[in-house]
Amino acid sequence: MTPEEQKAFEDKLYAYVGVEVCSRKPAKDAVNETMIRHWTEVMGDNNPAYTDAQWAAQSRRGKTIAPPAMMYVWNQEGYSVASTGRASDPQTDMVEMLTEHGFTGVLGTNVKQEYFKEASPGDTVYVEMVIDNISERKATARGAGYFFETLATFSDQNGDKLGTQRFRVLKFIPQEQPAAAAADDKLEVPTRIPSPRGHDNGWWWNAVDEGKVLIQRCTDCQTLRHPPRPMCGECQSMAWDSIESTLDGEVMSFTCLRHPKIPGYPADPICAVIKLAEGTNIVSNVVGCDFEDVHIGMKVTGKVEQVDEKTMLPQFYPAQAGA
Amino acid sequence: MTANIRNKSVIVGVGNTAFSKDSGVSELSLAVQAIKAALDDAGLSPADLDGFATFTLDHNDEIEVARTLGCGDLTFWGRSHYGGGAATGSLHQAVMAVATGMAECVAVFRALNGRSGQRYSQGVSGNILTADAIHWGWYMPYGLLTPASWTAMLTQRWMHQTGVTKEAMFEVASTTRNYAVNNPAAFFYQQPLSRDDYFNARMIADPLQLFDCCQESDGGSCVIVTTPERARDLKQPGVAVRGVAQAAGEEQEQMTSFYREELAAITEHRIAAKNCYAMADLTPADIDAAVLYDAFSSNVLLQLEAWQFCDYGEAGEFVLGGALRPDGRLPTNTHGGQLSEAYIHGVNGLVEATRLVRGQSVNQPDKQVDHVLVTSGVGIPTGGALLGRLD
Repeated sequence: MTPEEQKAFEDKLYAYVGVEVCSRKPAKDAVNETMIRHWTEVMGDNNPAYTDAQWAAQSRRGKTIAPPAMMYVWNQEGYSVASTGRASDPQTDMVEMLTEHGFTGVLGTNVKQEYFKEASPGDTVYVEMVIDNISERKATARGAGYFFETLATFSDQNGDKLGTQRFRVLKFIPQEQPAAAAADDKLEVPTRIPSPRGHDNGWWWNAVDEGKVLIQRCTDCQTLRHPPRPMCGECQSMAWDSIESTLDGEVMSFTCLRHPKIPGYPADPICAVIKLAEGTNIVSNVVGCDFEDVHIGMKVTGKVEQVDEKTMLPQFYPAQAGA
Repeated sequence: MTANIRNKSVIVGVGNTAFSKDSGVSELSLAVQAIKAALDDAGLSPADLDGFATFTLDHNDEIEVARTLGCGDLTFWGRSHYGGGAATGSLHQAVMAVATGMAECVAVFRALNGRSGQRYSQGVSGNILTADAIHWGWYMPYGLLTPASWTAMLTQRWMHQTGVTKEAMFEVASTTRNYAVNNPAAFFYQQPLSRDDYFNARMIADPLQLFDCCQESDGGSCVIVTTPERARDLKQPGVAVRGVAQAAGEEQEQMTSFYREELAAITEHRIAAKNCYAMADLTPADIDAAVLYDAFSSNVLLQLEAWQFCDYGEAGEFVLGGALRPDGRLPTNTHGGQLSEAYIHGVNGLVEATRLVRGQSVNQPDKQVDHVLVTSGVGIPTGGALLGRLD
């Protein structure tokens, strides 16, 4: 493009800023338990606040809620798009214009959701969307292009705002980049920092990999000890075996690491010192409830879970009442 | 048996570098600047030094420091382990060397680019198989990765056991900030901390918010320790070490002593206190001011109990009565502490404690200060020292 052509093109492009993509419209289906169940199963999210009506009835909400991250799900077009294609709207017009000018590549770069209110089964989610902003022309590793951001606002049948979603997309002129492509194949998703495994602790972590939490036991005086050490502090015996913990326990203290964010870890992990029924303490995570619900003296029960691609860890849940 | 070191060594010089967030110089440069400043303060030269004491965490090699300063022969070097636990631990090394005649003049120093270089707040990560790495391995996978997170666990439990609230932690943070407001060397010089600033600051690790945490700083600090005989000939009034103790307790871990019968107890500080008071033949009633290690505001509260200024669970009431303020029972962290002056791993605290005994603090209390307590880190193997005037 000559500078004049580029100017004319950009004038047309930037005219889309602030344009409404769709006005407020309801989802085809009300928020419902079936879709919540499908979504949480796929995501592997077993928070009882979403799916356990009995548990939820006793929670401070008194009922189940839809996972907030599902907010954008309710207004999706569904399978019909595959056969009929997406109906044209200002966003599709803009994307088409970019494609016609050589910006054929497309890459979703960020999604940012903000939540204001929870939705429960029976509520109807409404969406409205605008093209919020378009960047200047940027040189990126993928090629030259423009970032544009749509802003979707979700509300319920009463007009109360549930949340917003900003979706940022790069439309670009693709460059040949063999090096980048090769690097992508080896792209590693960060995982939690593992414990190194040595003589005195390796066996314990190996057992966790097999789904078990063991407690070291002196075979002479039967004293249990954790973390593992080569000698019994009570009788100085070096002979030991181990027992498997039932993972029933009680929270002795807890905190939540809000800052800094560490790659490979969930946001705001809740960490706790837990006294196991066997008598030894262990440090682990408390999951399956909100931070506000954790308290000293809380009964918890644990299981060994795969928490990321490479890591098995014991994780503790609020003990079920009466269990 | 009580250690026999009372008044056998004397702090005769103190020095700090400028404190900053980006020194722009090497840690070696900071170390020798701090040591030179302390020597100048004492009226000594590098040739007078024959020993060094610092932290295992310090990156400066003693012989490099000696060559850079232009020292002569060395007869002693000793290091103390466990992070901020070495603040008075390195003094402990120097005192033992001087009291036994192994060295005559020892520089206790610590210099770090703690903000522009390696930052402790970035957490730990284990790639090599050391005892330390295995230790952190019990916590890293869960996200318990930073000093704030380890201290939060202790603080949460202690608040639960004692009923002490964040009001007391705010009192610690605001009192020390008020001292810093008056101290031109402090990072927070002329920057008061309002109640809203404190309570609205972001959460770091519950219940610790931003202003419950110390800074990360670039800088160096040093004190020079020598014999009473030599001290009497020097420029400054001598500050004698009445007692100095190191201590680790039962089931001790480094920052994570979570396996004790009661985890909200800093046993190690209680042991250090008992031994230190015995060595010095002093009681808490004799102590006029204090420099208590404050990587986190709650550290100060637990130490007030452990060093017996009040009973377990009463630190909240003690500080809310104004005890740490300039006219209070125990003016504390009068330089602004590590919360508000600088985080030099507690060695800037040794400098301030010495100044308090000399009557030279920028916030010198309006009363006779005969004895000052200065302590090391909380939640780790640690210690403390009692300083007084050289007779």
